[in-house]
Amino acid sequence: MEKPATPELVLEAGRASRHYWADLWRYRELLGFLAWRDIKVRYKQTTLGVLWALIQPAVTLAVFTFIFGKLAGMPAGHVPYPLLVLCGLLPWQLFAAAFSNASGSLVANTHLISKIYFPRLIVPLSSVAVALIDFGVVLVLLTTLCVWWQFMPDWRVLLLPLFVVLTLLTAIGTGLWLTALTVKYRDFRFVVPFLLQVGLFLSPVGFSSTNLPNWRFIYSLNPMVGAIDGFRWCLLHGEPALDPVNLGVSVAMSALLLVSGLWYFRRTERTFADII
Amino acid sequence: MGQSVISVSGLAKRYYLSHEKRQDTLRDSLVQKFRRLTGRTGVESDAEEFWALRDVSFEVAEGDVVGIIGRNGAGKSTLLKVLSRITEPTLGRAVIRGRVASLLEVGTGFHPELSGRENIFLNGAILGMSRAEITRKFDEIVAFAEVERFLDTQVKHYSSGMYVRLAFAVAAHLEPEILIVDEVLAVGDAQFQKKCLGKMQDVARTSGRTILFVSHNTAALQAICRTGLWLQQGRVVQAGPMNECLSAYLGSGTEPAKFTAQSAAKPHLTSASIDQAALARGRLRIQVGFQSPFPLNPPILGIILHSKYGQPISGSNGRMQGDGWAPPPLAAGLVTIELDHLPLHSDTYRITLYLGDGTQDYDEKRDALEFDYVAPHFYPQTPRLDFIGPVDLPWRWSVSAG
Repeated sequence: MEKPATPELVLEAGRASRHYWADLWRYRELLGFLAWRDIKVRYKQTTLGVLWALIQPAVTLAVFTFIFGKLAGMPAGHVPYPLLVLCGLLPWQLFAAAFSNASGSLVANTHLISKIYFPRLIVPLSSVAVALIDFGVVLVLLTTLCVWWQFMPDWRVLLLPLFVVLTLLTAIGTGLWLTALTVKYRDFRFVVPFLLQVGLFLSPVGFSSTNLPNWRFIYSLNPMVGAIDGFRWCLLHGEPALDPVNLGVSVAMSALLLVSGLWYFRRTERTFADII
Repeated sequence: MGQSVISVSGLAKRYYLSHEKRQDTLRDSLVQKFRRLTGRTGVESDAEEFWALRDVSFEVAEGDVVGIIGRNGAGKSTLLKVLSRITEPTLGRAVIRGRVASLLEVGTGFHPELSGRENIFLNGAILGMSRAEITRKFDEIVAFAEVERFLDTQVKHYSSGMYVRLAFAVAAHLEPEILIVDEVLAVGDAQFQKKCLGKMQDVARTSGRTILFVSHNTAALQAICRTGLWLQQGRVVQAGPMNECLSAYLGSGTEPAKFTAQSAAKPHLTSASIDQAALARGRLRIQVGFQSPFPLNPPILGIILHSKYGQPISGSNGRMQGDGWAPPPLAAGLVTIELDHLPLHSDTYRITLYLGDGTQDYDEKRDALEFDYVAPHFYPQTPRLDFIGPVDLPWRWSVSAG
């Protein structure tokens, strides 16, 4: 069989980037395999297995409903309070899982990075897949509750994937920053849980962002505000109403995080194998 | 042999030794930045440069099988890492024409929680095979690894031998144009090593693939490689036919082994060295130093030659020379042991030394010396050494028609 023209590869300082995106495409199967590995291994040797993906949000849901709904008596409009919380919890859990997986991914795969070449971007990207599985499980919980309260989402639910993507891109952008930083400075391992803890209370998870009418613009600088508002808008009959400016701010922040995260990752990637 | 598929020119790789230690935490880095701002740059001079590769240039022709030799720390693994694109060079460039697969470690990416079957796919993908390619070669891989019965067992329950066999089997079925292999044959039992070596030979001979191969196994290098590349302290010392490189490398001499005494109040061995130039000519010449708080009457040195697996091959001591041998009592000295014709096959051997005075042994150094021996006459048809043994007796043959 006639071989195709052999590609010529030049290795030089600062030059490794030439075929990067083509390589990323060429290694897409590896991305799939790594994601598949993480999913497969995730609930090995656990008795409750994938139920764990359900227990955590269910408990958080109960606690938040009690604190914000009952104790603080925050308004929920015409929807049951637990549903309001769950619609916030859904994107937040997705973000938290994707972000923390991506942040730890490079260090967790040290053995691969120091022994094999592939575009390093594959590692944080594939780690996000597990978060999607857990997201699917919580989505089942949501559907169950919707049936329970006989609450049918309207046509807006079709736009939900857009906000899933917004959540994922935010998680990937922040995750790229932190995973690349963790390679060099292991301090950032401690920053991740801290950021998530603070972020949970800085995002409108347990309450509606309409409770902060005067601050919504600044609040939207947190891209998860846009994502959570979007989820509620899609699932709860357009309540609260989406403000295009505020949503735009969140999307822009998410894009900024993603682009800068990619930039920092690509800039430091070449030295990963030397310093990891 | 065709055009060159790997051209390396002026390649260099620098590491900072203390840099990593100092900057591994954010605080150190911030402290350093702060000091730089305030003009106190004392820290930076501490970062010690280390050139793992310096000005390395060579060409590899298509279909060539190149053995890279050198002592530990000579830069062999760094060179392979640069050519595999794991790390980038600091200076210089390398041009590679063709698809590269590198095998720097057996079983990279194996996950203990996954089954053998799953790991074949995972590891194959990590090594750069496509799913279709793995599926096509799956049966072949399983047969080579001899793990049919345990395919659906989690790899963490495998014996280390099975693990290594499976890992190598996946790697052995890669079909790149250029294959880069680090010291991976040093694993597994002797029989499987032989099988791996055979596979490597097959690949090298029949497929016309270009191979870069690092090994300390001189017999394997001789059997597989045509061309040699000898690295020392990051530089190329010699490149050319494998046998020439190998004998030059082995003849270059090693640092003598120095021993530290546990107690100066007891007679002890101080050093041992092996004459590499003599070894390259098929002769064994060892010098051993000793020291004692009192004269040893007479100083008796014992030596045992071991195979690389640790089985004794032959041992002796001074008194076994016979009654005529009577060295003077000495409190310190140098003993020379010589063997004009070393009756061994090419392999790695070890030497254990004892020091005594005829009534008792005072000091013992297990594996005091280790050496690679390349017999002056190498026969490619030599059966494996765990089958025929390491000793090469001077047999004489004659055949007559019955």
